[in-house]
Amino acid sequence: MKNNINEAHEAQEEEFTEDSSKKRKIVIPGEIIVSGEDYLPSDGTRREGKDVVASRFGLAEESGRVVKVIALTGAFIPRRNNVVVGRVTNITFNGWIVDIDSASSGFLPIDESPRFINKNEMDQFLAIGDVLVAKIWSINSRGIDLSLKSKGLGKLEDGFIFRVIPNRVPRIIGREGSMISLIKEKTGCNITVGQNGWIWIKGSNAEAEIRARKSIEFISDKVHVSGLTEKMEEWFTKN
Amino acid sequence: MTAFKRPSGRGLAELRKMTAKVGVIPNADGSAMFSFGDTIAIAAVYGPRQLHPQHMQDPATGILRVNYDLLSFSVTGRKKPGPSRRSQEISKVTEWALLPVLDLKEFPNTVIDVQIYILQADAGTRTAGINAASMALAHAGIPMKNLICSVSVGKQDKHIIVDLDKEEEDFEEGEGATDFPIAKIANTDQYTLLQLDGKIQPEVVKKALDLADDACKEIYEVQKNALKEVLEQ
Repeated sequence: MKNNINEAHEAQEEEFTEDSSKKRKIVIPGEIIVSGEDYLPSDGTRREGKDVVASRFGLAEESGRVVKVIALTGAFIPRRNNVVVGRVTNITFNGWIVDIDSASSGFLPIDESPRFINKNEMDQFLAIGDVLVAKIWSINSRGIDLSLKSKGLGKLEDGFIFRVIPNRVPRIIGREGSMISLIKEKTGCNITVGQNGWIWIKGSNAEAEIRARKSIEFISDKVHVSGLTEKMEEWFTKN
Repeated sequence: MTAFKRPSGRGLAELRKMTAKVGVIPNADGSAMFSFGDTIAIAAVYGPRQLHPQHMQDPATGILRVNYDLLSFSVTGRKKPGPSRRSQEISKVTEWALLPVLDLKEFPNTVIDVQIYILQADAGTRTAGINAASMALAHAGIPMKNLICSVSVGKQDKHIIVDLDKEEEDFEEGEGATDFPIAKIANTDQYTLLQLDGKIQPEVVKKALDLADDACKEIYEVQKNALKEVLEQ
């Protein structure tokens, strides 16, 4: 199972692709992005009379008529189908409570585990303090439900986890996973990136693990530099 | 009448030198520093996160919780650490000053914690704190209508001045000193904080607010540049 885990981050939103047809600029809340009745305000924007105004701080992007703001800082806002890395904080009679570093903790019901588990022996599958990668199955007013019924989900054994700014995760993964596969290839580590900004690394030795972590922190510091994959390759020749 | 001079040598409508920096606290979800001359405020934003005690949770919307305090070394002498009557009042008015631009409906049952600490106090700490908190909230990615700009206007004897420092605030001759802190939503005429300590004639208030408007425009530019800088590197 362990070898499949690092494939957990699947289809990413195309948020950081360097497409020249899209115009981008940094905006702050209340700033007018574009003027005109034709534009359609999308995420992080609103219409005020003729203008489309930013509601959030980040990168404004125009693609055709649609205008949106991509947040680059701030806490993790869970969405359905996000793959997250979490840690078990409690075991109830029918599932596990998992801390996923968001406003409400996740709940993994026993039925959503990949195989049958005896209710009396739940801690043999996942004990308190264990780290796992799971998918957000649904979000409702009572909380966040998680699932392990997908390829690459499950318990993460050994290795270590650390945290980056959650909004930088698409950059770390890169277009169709290009960035993360580069890092895996250069360091030989198993890496799982959760959309909540928690990253799990396990390598054959401590040096490789530290190198992988440093390379990921290098990317998460670079906010909107273009051609980042090339910069990363350059980084690996130096470090 | 001889020309009036402020103790610091500033012009009547001249602000102290402002500096602003965003992202000063890496552990927080959003953070900022703002200073008016020797008054330095830092603000950290955590959240949206789970709210305890549970009875404070609101299923309709998230709530904002502000904590303002002076650090013990920020004043001459020593400020006894811990909440005081003054710091609780300023926490509350800061909360009210910031809340009108926030939209927390997306985050029911949660809290956004804003911590404001004054590193060095030379009058105008609540206004510096509000400016820092407004930038920190934007940095934390919270949906906002606009930024909040805050400045104190006031009067030293008969002269209306902007951004009082401690020496001017302690002025006692003639009509004495008036401290008139305001906060407004940037680029609008909507005020979110109006406090008054001292005496001011009703006909002078309009003039004082006009001066505050101009000062807020300057503050807005400083805030805007600081926010953009953090992403530009």
